[in-house]
Parts: sequence; C-alpha cells; structure tokens
Amino acid sequence: MVRLVTHNLLACHVKGCTTNNFPLAFQDVQIELQEAEFNPEFVKNLIPRLEWGALADAAKQVGDTSLPPEEPDMMDDDLLQKLHHVLLEIHVIEGAMVCPNCKHVYPISNGIPNMLLAEHEIG
Amino acid sequence: MIPTPDLSHLTQTDFVHVYEPAEDTFLLLDALEQEADELKKHPPLICLEIGSGSGCVSAFLGTILGPSVAIHLSTDINQHASSCTLATGRQNKIIIDPVTCSLAQPLLTRLTRSVDILLFNPPYVPTDTEEASIAQGGGGIAGAWAGGASGMEITDRFLKDVDGLLSDRGKLYLVALKQNDVSGICSRMLTEFNLQSKIVIQRRAGREHLFIIRFSRPNRCS
Repeated sequence: MVRLVTHNLLACHVKGCTTNNFPLAFQDVQIELQEAEFNPEFVKNLIPRLEWGALADAAKQVGDTSLPPEEPDMMDDDLLQKLHHVLLEIHVIEGAMVCPNCKHVYPISNGIPNMLLAEHEIG
Repeated sequence: MIPTPDLSHLTQTDFVHVYEPAEDTFLLLDALEQEADELKKHPPLICLEIGSGSGCVSAFLGTILGPSVAIHLSTDINQHASSCTLATGRQNKIIIDPVTCSLAQPLLTRLTRSVDILLFNPPYVPTDTEEASIAQGGGGIAGAWAGGASGMEITDRFLKDVDGLLSDRGKLYLVALKQNDVSGICSRMLTEFNLQSKIVIQRRAGREHLFIIRFSRPNRCS
C-alpha cells in the first residue's frame, strides 16, 4: 500500500536522475482510510527518518492539511495523533507518482506502486 | 512457538506465478524465531524484505515483533508477488507495504543507513547468466530461483547495497546455498564493507544444503 510513510521513502531511480528526484508528486490519486493502532512511541521514533516538508506536502496533495509545513520543535500528543493518521492511515490505492526532475511516471494500482524501470532506464 | 503465517487465502493459481514457501523459506523463519528474543529486546523500526514472494517471511517477522512497532517494507520484481505479500499481511494482521521494483532500487536514497532488519531469500540456484537475466526481466516465478553463475549474480548485485542500507544496529538475514560459497560471501563482506557475519542456522533439505547468514556491523551483536 502506498501509505504516506512509504511515499516518503521512495525516490526516482531512473539512470542519471540523481538530483531533485524526491519527493515524487502524486497524480490522479484515489485514497482510502484504514484505521491503525496508535503507538505514540513508534510514531515519535519515525520522525528522524522522515523528510517532514515532503510529508506535509504529500498530505496536502491528498487533501489533509493537518501538518505544519515545517517540523515543529515541540511534539505534543495532538500532533503525534495527526502524524500517525497522515503516515499510517491514509492509503493511496490508485493513481501515480511523478518524478519532479525527469517526469517519469510510476503507476499505483490496487495499492501497489510499480517502480520497475525498462532496461534502458536502469542505472 | 510462533505460528507459521496463515497463507490459506492464496491459491494454487497464485503459486503458478509466485514462489510457494518451501524449505528455504522455513529455514529463514526458523532463524528469525531463534533470534526472536534478541529482535524483541531491541525492536527494529524499519524492516525491509527483498523479493518477498508470498509475503510469508515479512508476516512472520511482524508476528514476532507485534503490531504497530515497525514499518515492514517489501519489494519484488513480480507484481503478483507484491499483491500476494499485501494480502498475506492483511490475512495475518500485519501491515506490509509492498513496492514492485528490482532489489531496493527506489529506496536506496531515502533509506541510507536506516534499515534495522533486512531480509533476502534470493534466487540462489546456479543457472546460466542468460537464464537469470531473462527471469529477472520477465518478472515471473523463475526470477525466484534462477541465480546465474554460482547462483550469485542477483545476490552479488544486492550485497553491494547492503552497507548503504543497514543502520548502525542493522542486520541482514540472507539465505544461501552451499554452492554459493558461504565462506567466500562472508569474507568478501568483511573485507569490502567491514560487515561481520554469523551462520544462524543450516540444514540439508533434499539436494540443497541451506544456510541463513546474519550480517551486522562490528560489535553490535554477539
């Protein structure tokens, strides 16, 4: 499933596409919400692994504006809840992700991103 | 005793396209079970399985760790395998996030030194190079076993990425066959990347002598 946590970890890997190849932009997405158990400690531990700006922006692209555009200095429980929802409960089911640099389109179908490249695109 | 993941939702038709768990899979499960206490003592945050196939191994790791403590990412070049992995996660109440791709390609940039548990049951059967490369390109079930020269062509490609992916406390569990030259793999990983190795478990299964090798950074685990 393309949860936003997964989206935050994927970059374009077309041969030679090495700058401005993250974050991929969502295109024509359908989303589904699926409740997940809230573990504040887990969400807190994930923060250092995230690109906050990319996450807040991805959330906005799928219609969720609950995160501040920049990582706040203080994390209260309310914000952790919001982060939990954005990261782990929003599932992109259909659509595509587009590289901001080379414009390569990675389709998402049945909740699975297809990041395969053709032979000549592999680095 | 940790139960083997429930795969009753998968059909024989699925196993025409996707590798059905066999002795090599079960040996990897046994290795993880043997390490369960250690894994739970220092719970991993990010787990990544390469070539997840049915999703059996990631679901098993998720069951060991418990819900909502780790991210379980998986990759496979076979789209059917990605679907099976997703479904196996659901069936076993473990959320697995599958990505259809070769090895860890689209994740390498963002997961630099971030993966706590890396799992790979590679296509390890020695075949000729062409057979392995057609199998990988085709994205079908042959990609699950055809390993090229010494059964190591796909594994060797991945081993170059391991140092970049593993976190400070990260561990790779790799399935290997005796013919893959287990001690050679271990000494190469030590000289090239300073990654130490340990054979967690080994077993003869029919004609195959299988090993589970664990790689980690020095002085991180026993």
